[in-house]
Amino acid sequence: MKVGIIRFPGSNCDEDAWFAIVNDLREQAVMLWHKDTDLQGSDVVILPGGFSYGDYLRAGAIARFSPIMQQVATHAARGGVVIGICNGFQIACEAHLLPGALLRNDVGYRAMPVTIRVERTDSPLTAAATVGQCLTMPIAHGEGRYTASEDDLDRLEQAGQVLFRYVDSAGTPTTQSNPNGSMRNIAGICNANRNVVGLMPHPERAMEPLLGSSDGRVLFESLLATVNA
Amino acid sequence: MTATPRAGDPVITPALVAEHGLTPDEFTRLVNMLGRQPTFTELGVISALWSEHCSYKHSRPVLRTLPTKAPWVLQGPGENAGVISIGEGLAVAFKIESHNHPSAVEPYQGAATGVGGILRDVFTMGARPIAMLNSLRFGSLDTPRVRYLVGGIVKGIGDYGNCVGIPTVAGDIMFDAAYEGNPLVNAMCVGILREEELIRAKAEGVGNPIISVGARTGRDGIHGASFASEDLSHNSDAKRPRVQVGDPFTEKLLLEATLELIASGNVVAIQDMGAAGLTSSSAEMAERGEVGVVIDTLKVPVREQGMTPYEILLSESQERMLVVAHKGREEAVRAILAKWDLHAEVIGEVIAEPVYRVVEGSHVVAEFPGTRLVTDCPMYTPEAKEGAAVIALRARDVHAIPSKPQEENPTWTLTQLLSSPTIASKQWVYRQYDSTVRTNTVLGPGAADAAVLRIRGSKKGLAVKTDCNGRYVYLEPRVGGRIAVAEAARNVACTGARPRAITNCLNFGNPKKPEVFWQFKEAVGGMGEACTALDTPVTGGNVSLYNENPSGAVYPTPTIGMVGVLDDVSRATGLAFRGPGDPIVLLGDLTNELGASEYLSWIHGVVAGAPPACDLKRERALIETLVESIQAGHVKSAHDCSEGGLAVALAECCIANPNAQVGATVSLTQWDHLPARATLFGEAQGRAVLTAANLPALLEIAGKHGVPAQVIGSTTPATDGLSIAVSGTNLTATLAELSYAYHGALERAMSKSISSALPTAEVPA
Repeated sequence: MKVGIIRFPGSNCDEDAWFAIVNDLREQAVMLWHKDTDLQGSDVVILPGGFSYGDYLRAGAIARFSPIMQQVATHAARGGVVIGICNGFQIACEAHLLPGALLRNDVGYRAMPVTIRVERTDSPLTAAATVGQCLTMPIAHGEGRYTASEDDLDRLEQAGQVLFRYVDSAGTPTTQSNPNGSMRNIAGICNANRNVVGLMPHPERAMEPLLGSSDGRVLFESLLATVNA
Repeated sequence: MTATPRAGDPVITPALVAEHGLTPDEFTRLVNMLGRQPTFTELGVISALWSEHCSYKHSRPVLRTLPTKAPWVLQGPGENAGVISIGEGLAVAFKIESHNHPSAVEPYQGAATGVGGILRDVFTMGARPIAMLNSLRFGSLDTPRVRYLVGGIVKGIGDYGNCVGIPTVAGDIMFDAAYEGNPLVNAMCVGILREEELIRAKAEGVGNPIISVGARTGRDGIHGASFASEDLSHNSDAKRPRVQVGDPFTEKLLLEATLELIASGNVVAIQDMGAAGLTSSSAEMAERGEVGVVIDTLKVPVREQGMTPYEILLSESQERMLVVAHKGREEAVRAILAKWDLHAEVIGEVIAEPVYRVVEGSHVVAEFPGTRLVTDCPMYTPEAKEGAAVIALRARDVHAIPSKPQEENPTWTLTQLLSSPTIASKQWVYRQYDSTVRTNTVLGPGAADAAVLRIRGSKKGLAVKTDCNGRYVYLEPRVGGRIAVAEAARNVACTGARPRAITNCLNFGNPKKPEVFWQFKEAVGGMGEACTALDTPVTGGNVSLYNENPSGAVYPTPTIGMVGVLDDVSRATGLAFRGPGDPIVLLGDLTNELGASEYLSWIHGVVAGAPPACDLKRERALIETLVESIQAGHVKSAHDCSEGGLAVALAECCIANPNAQVGATVSLTQWDHLPARATLFGEAQGRAVLTAANLPALLEIAGKHGVPAQVIGSTTPATDGLSIAVSGTNLTATLAELSYAYHGALERAMSKSISSALPTAEVPA
């Protein structure tokens, strides 16, 4: 598997994603500069976390205009896998690769471990997981409150596009376990074609027991299983 | 050539000289150095360079007494940051710096730019920043103004570090009325590099171009360095324009571009344009290289038209660096900067003639002979005399203070202490800081006595921590100085790391007051003793004086930033008990000391008595025991005893991890000759609470080093709670009540309306 990781000015989880792919998964990764116009044959594109362009207008709002994003959109339209993590999720929403929007957290910036529940396994990021599986990994964001109209949310739910929800230690979505006020505790979704996935938590920070959790591995292994299928 | 005034320059009058913070004697010194009257531009340059902040004119002679050498020290004081070798060709660059004055008047930007400045100090050495720490001091949270400062400062630190993508992993926070008008904001940055990548800020090579890199120069922050060198007053709010505005996004670009620039081999030297901006960076680089420089202010990229040389030289606009490149590589430098959408303009040149010259086109506006601009700065050794009030406070018999009726139940006292903001969990703060970005954080905030980071490609790890109990230093500066170093070392050792070196941030009042300068001399003396005894030399730091306002000076607060090395990072040990059934071992001994304790301050409102004694031989032995036993795998958890004493330490071990709490049953009845409150809440030094994986091996190592070690109890299921038997009484508590006190206190205190805390509308809470 070859994973292209897009480096926007202000990306700061690009190297973490690279290490997750190369060190932990032992797969190929390539850094793609935002001014590039070639994905260099990547099977999977990762839009990493960070503060692209300082998030000065609105998180992700400027990054969508980067030259490379044209290629990312084409890749996605052809059914290629695109994963947006944190700021990458925001960029994917701004670029209309994913529905909905990520608004300012109801409680301000939050950095902490959260537990998320896998809702569906028919996506490239969850194929190797099981429904109901609970995973612990960090969040670190100020704008992660997933928001859409109630109708859109109903449609997302019906189409099985909600992939992850924030839950408590018993696996139940509660107000207490929702760290940012996301509607229906949504932590991650996919598009209608199921090839573009966005999530606010950081699986690339949960790859090793030494750092407290290796729960992110199953998501990256899902990518591998999907690409190799 | 000689400098001549520009058209429109104000006439140099005694009033103008005074406004620039120069004494008449200092002005005479300047005139003698030049052999003529200075121009307005020169007066501005000197006012910045001879400010306390840049010149260390009151502190340097005392600082020279600190130990700075060890075989592993690659770079000691005097550079952008200190650097130590940690083996395998790896090195660590680190430094701490204050941003107290700006944060007092503009908390958000003041704290944010403090983070930005210290980051640049580290990456200009060629190191990639891997961790940030913050040492903060505030007044009482009962005051709306203090809550406003806490909220703004914490958000400023978080927003800046989070955006640049450097994890904020540790620090320390204390609250005491002594910091009411003067919060302390000390930011520390730690970076990693290969030894051969080390670059120094030393201008070299006649003909080499001097390049301004990064943001354009604006009118913000002019005279920031001078502002940081005077007492705060009711007029200080008017100096808010002297506080710079930070842009972490540009900083992130500058960080990547700088590391790329250094790796490219095109540059000779780099320095941050920090305090006193272009003036200080260019003069210091020239002085270190023993060369001359010429700068043309017309070539400096500016944000607005009509800026005078005076303004350009003294601007403290953020996210700018000064680079000396190899001649002929200007285009290569520009290309690297352009990749990151940053500017680079040649603004001057290294020259053989030993002068510091500033021109505006063809007009010389400032010229100083040789490197005397930096080296000829005045030095003072003011009178030092201990204040009588402190002598009396220290002599007070604190054991005569009667217990409160509620103290008959020691559980009440314990929960009170656990909810003291100084002791309580700092989660409200650190959940605003990204502590896991860069995926190196093995033990983050709240998990251990120090943060632990792994180093990719090596088995080794780093442990980092800041510490200083200003109350101890206030009551007995020499002992307090010793304890600040010893506690930082102990904290680092509790993770299994060997303490290696320190950086320090010396926050004191007005040095012209004899009692303040006495505190300074004594505290630095105590620090030096501890650094020598613990083999942790000083690699640099920063002095912040004039932390005073009309209600008085802050506690003398020499903050220590300690770096330690773990040989095997997989042995890194946290503070929380790991499960039931483990023997609890106390290393060190109990005493009847109560002076200067958090117990006296929080329960009785008393700041008095002598701080606990600090025996450096015993501290060294404790550290050896901790490092050896943890690295050998004999220890499951380790936590030092500090504010709140043994009872608080035990409670923290039980409840620190909210998801996996553990009970404990402890007996301290063998110390029945001590008052129960000293046993439980006294702050005797040189102690740590451990749980053993291999008890006989742990006891043997302690014995070998001569450290008292006793099994005082064992861990139990969480449902059994915490039980401590002491002479004549028994402390029992559920973990739920301890958790409520400890984990929720800061949030409850901060949730009192912040909006009512705006400085213009002070209303009672």
